[in-house]
Amino acid sequence: MGKDPIFSLRGVEFAYPGASFYALRGVDLEVSEGEWVALVGANGSGKSTLAKICNALLIPAQGDCFVMGANTREEALIPDIRRNVSLVFQNPEDQIVASIVEEDVAFGPENLGLPSSEIKRRVDRALGLAGLLNERRKGSFSLSGGQKQRLALAGALALEPAALLLDESTSMLDPEGRLSFLSCLGSLKLSGMTIVQITHRMEEAIQSDRVVVIDAGRAVWDGSPGDFFDGAYRDWSFEEPPGVALYRELLGRGLLPGGTLPDVDSMLGALCL
Amino acid sequence: MQFLSGISLGQFIPGDSLLHRLDPRCKIISTFLLITGLFMASKIPDLVLWGIFLLALPALSGISLKTILKSARPILFLVAITALLNLFWTPGRAVFQAGFLKVTEEGLMTAFEMGMRLFFLVVFASMLMMTTNPMAFSDGLERLLSPLSKIGFPSSEMAVMMTIALRFIPTLFEETDRILKAQLSRGADFESGGLLKRARSFIPVLIPLFILVFQRAENLAIAMESRCYVPGMARTRLNPLVWSGKETAAILGLLAFITAVVLLDRSYFLGFVAI
Repeated sequence: MGKDPIFSLRGVEFAYPGASFYALRGVDLEVSEGEWVALVGANGSGKSTLAKICNALLIPAQGDCFVMGANTREEALIPDIRRNVSLVFQNPEDQIVASIVEEDVAFGPENLGLPSSEIKRRVDRALGLAGLLNERRKGSFSLSGGQKQRLALAGALALEPAALLLDESTSMLDPEGRLSFLSCLGSLKLSGMTIVQITHRMEEAIQSDRVVVIDAGRAVWDGSPGDFFDGAYRDWSFEEPPGVALYRELLGRGLLPGGTLPDVDSMLGALCL
Repeated sequence: MQFLSGISLGQFIPGDSLLHRLDPRCKIISTFLLITGLFMASKIPDLVLWGIFLLALPALSGISLKTILKSARPILFLVAITALLNLFWTPGRAVFQAGFLKVTEEGLMTAFEMGMRLFFLVVFASMLMMTTNPMAFSDGLERLLSPLSKIGFPSSEMAVMMTIALRFIPTLFEETDRILKAQLSRGADFESGGLLKRARSFIPVLIPLFILVFQRAENLAIAMESRCYVPGMARTRLNPLVWSGKETAAILGLLAFITAVVLLDRSYFLGFVAI
């Protein structure tokens, strides 16, 4: 028996007011607990709209979106949905509410009406997970770009959600900031967190459990990173991650056993040999 | 070119000084007392005492005197205008006259007093903002205004609105600076020509600034909503406000100082010195 779905989208359609086209056109998608799903696709394909639908910030025009069994159409369930699913946006500066790091992280728990001792516990935990404990009393705007994005992540984690939605959250980071952010995500994944990551970077997509391609408002491909980089990625002109290119080259020259791309861990293991 | 360098009006400077640690309600009340006290000062020696009080602020706040004084820079123009208006339009015994412009003894005195009062007022209000983080400030204001919620005043919403407005101050400065530089790199000229031409040259800065700010405000509103913020809903606090003995002592100390200044002002001795 599989794990309970965190997200279950059935025939979701959505159009922004005044738009002449649908941003989402009949998306069916299910994400199970503990999965790390990479949503990839061109700009304007509907990925961010999908993330907002999953956080009940937008309500489908047609179809339904269930978050841990709760339909986002039911207004009374929206607070629970947002408590269970946290969204981290692309630009960290658009998410900072308070001028001091720990107060910004506390914003979510304060909205839940929790006692100050519980807020403090959550803030400590979230800052620890995001690696910002030493910056807790610093000014939010004095942090580096990478730290600001980790602050946004800490703010999301302080709600102690079951799932994280990341909307191109690494796109504004430098290589060092991106690595530290991804290392945070790796730890969260190990702790059982469900992660849905929207990304343009294929080297991030390859770390996920599953890749879903969104194209013109539809989920057009769904499978493992191994299968995706075995050929499907070419259909939408995605770049091949350098590690995969190297593996393929070595396979072609007969320096590695097997004929097709294995899963990521096996690939990494083989390359390390 | 740095158009906006050094503007610190209203910006919080994190620290752990005595003033930083005081309950924000105490600091808000103190600022009102200070402003009231300032407008009760009518003689130059009173203003000297206020100047001495100002000199104590670096020790109390851990913020350098230079930074404190710099906070008044954006409104020096306003201080100068106020002083000039009082200088030329106060009736009395003329000490200098050129055409319709007449400088009187009383005008000189009033110009100095009004200019200094306004300067102190801005510095003291800036001290409140420099030592109180916006979240604590809005919490304090919300608590002070909470009795009004009984008659339907939205004190909670106002507090969040205030937090956001203050949080946007550095963003506004940064974005303005960025747009100014972008326009300069495309050949914009903000410095030559008359007042009207210079004012007009800022239109290409203001339009993108407004668009950008509205866009960022909308993004922030979505982010707040996704973090479970619901307008009007009761919120708790990470650091609930606590009014202790040091707040009471600070208010009493300040009241004693203001009373002393007012009493000295009324005394024959200071009155004599002022003349």
